[in-house]
Amino acid sequence: MLSKKERELISEIWGRLTPVAEDIGAEALLRMFASFPGTKTYFSHLDISFRSAHLLSHGKKIVLAIAEGAKDISQLTVTLAPLQTLHAYQLRIDPTNFKLFSHCMLVTLACHMGEDFTPTAHAAMDKYLSAFAAVLAEKYR
Amino acid sequence: TRAVVVEWTVKERSIISSIFSNLDYEDVGPKALCRCLIVYPWTQRHFSTFGNLYDAEAIKTNANIAAHGIKVLHGLDLAVKNMDNIKEAYTKLSTLHSEKLHVDPDNFKLLVDCLTIVVAAKMGSDFKPDVQATFQKFLAAVVSALGKQYH
Repeated sequence: MLSKKERELISEIWGRLTPVAEDIGAEALLRMFASFPGTKTYFSHLDISFRSAHLLSHGKKIVLAIAEGAKDISQLTVTLAPLQTLHAYQLRIDPTNFKLFSHCMLVTLACHMGEDFTPTAHAAMDKYLSAFAAVLAEKYR
Repeated sequence: TRAVVVEWTVKERSIISSIFSNLDYEDVGPKALCRCLIVYPWTQRHFSTFGNLYDAEAIKTNANIAAHGIKVLHGLDLAVKNMDNIKEAYTKLSTLHSEKLHVDPDNFKLLVDCLTIVVAAKMGSDFKPDVQATFQKFLAAVVSALGKQYH
């Protein structure tokens, strides 16, 4: 459950990160590929080397979707409807991977925000990313 | 159960050695434990005798929690010194956590994830993807060893 304060904090953080969406997104993906090599199997058709055009563009897409959802968390199911369909019928990424990506996104945020990534911000962000992943997987079955 | 020996490259040993020789235990230990209790509040179930855990501020200023965080972090030293035999090294601690403390082994994963975040925040851009991967591999080996004596 996300409190009003947490929603505001999440919205504020993602608002600040939108201008560097591709850097944050690419880094989170790279971390995931390094820590969890099995996740690379979903990207065999792309060049996912350090700061490749594919990696940057893909990272940007993901972060912008997360940032968009953060603007009004109560409307996640509406905002993510097209992405739900994409993931369920086309991408079919095993939802366990969403947890792996979320963890690497939290690590990326910690590296960039340092002390500002307080336990309270971490808790709120972890809850938001979990909710985001759950909504994303809703149409799977 | 057959032990799966974790193998380490020279680079991985060097990464782990470097992280731990530069680690400020008095700072990171309390931060990691506090973060776990705040981000995963159900883990507080093992700390009912530690005093006020009412909110994030109370947890962060709780001296008992801070002391315990340092102790827990030093618990990793055993693995740093016995990287080629982590499972054996943690037999006693595993039995302790299972039979005396009754800690659900899933909680170990939560704590090490919080430790990873704290170390990442401190190291910033030095916590590169390969450093993160190695640190996580190390922590996963400890978590596995700690769960071995549960039955």
